[in-house]
Amino acid sequence: MNKKNKIKIVVNGRLLTVNTKFSLKNLIEKLKTPINKVAIELNEEIVDKKKLNKIYLKNKDKIEIVHFIGGG
Amino acid sequence: MKVDNLKIASKKFKSRLIVGTGKYKNMKECADAIKISGAEIVTVAVRRVNISDRSKPLLMDYIDPKKIMYLPNTAGCFTSKDALRTLRLAREIGGWKIVKLEVLGDKKNLFPDMIETLKSTEVLTKEGFKVMVYCNDDPLMCKRLENSGASAIMPLAAPIGSGLGIQNKTNIKILRHQTKVPLIIDAGIGKASDAVEAMEMGCDAVLINTAIAKARNPFQMAESMKLAVISGRKSFLSGSITPSLQGSPSSPKKGLI
Repeated sequence: MNKKNKIKIVVNGRLLTVNTKFSLKNLIEKLKTPINKVAIELNEEIVDKKKLNKIYLKNKDKIEIVHFIGGG
Repeated sequence: MKVDNLKIASKKFKSRLIVGTGKYKNMKECADAIKISGAEIVTVAVRRVNISDRSKPLLMDYIDPKKIMYLPNTAGCFTSKDALRTLRLAREIGGWKIVKLEVLGDKKNLFPDMIETLKSTEVLTKEGFKVMVYCNDDPLMCKRLENSGASAIMPLAAPIGSGLGIQNKTNIKILRHQTKVPLIIDAGIGKASDAVEAMEMGCDAVLINTAIAKARNPFQMAESMKLAVISGRKSFLSGSITPSLQGSPSSPKKGLI
């Protein structure tokens, strides 16, 4: 495995290694996330879900993917 | 008879019972209890998606947000910053504008941090949110929240999940008198009689989670709370008699043998 072509990102607190030129859309597809039921943050900034394919991830990027769960 | 709707941020609701979706054994139990309760608004929490286990069912698969209004809540937030972040994310999920703000100040009794709550209400209102605010029952702070544009004032009856019922009736009465936006008792309801009491005091709605979810029979309790809210509301609207220390016979004296 060529390390030069890999970057490390943190998704919901978990470390993931992905290829360079990896977009947020690629990530959502890889995780099989139902896009219409979640919101996404990249480094604490909310991401426009329509632009996921244009946003490429960088080393040490922090991504949060959240949804609704039961609560009071 | 005049239709008696609950109106929050110009949206109308027939039911005056709002229920939480937490603490149930599973999503099916939660969905069934909500159906029985007749609630049209449910509170939900915003949390991380489980990226390692995708087989877990989603809340939206059980409770259709097109049929029942999701009220995103900032439960678990202890700072204004976290609460704002949570609600901005919630809005992003589905475009919800009506939200529940809850900024806690104490991990043990879960009382709200009113300074942070007030700050957050001001920011959220400016951003176009319709904010229903979990708060303490202090009339001065509640007035400040209302003046900051809160869409509903939601004082606690007692600590969250405690089931103690309305502890400070005097303050709730003062709040009823001064509050122009919906006044909703949030937290502390334990029994149906607590819900009746809140509604008879003129509160516009009650918000219940633990009392239903943790009852031995949540379905029966959901129905009980539904009926309690209806009963209390009707009693409030009916104009009850003035209590008297004297007896007043129900049968006429005339014709007595």
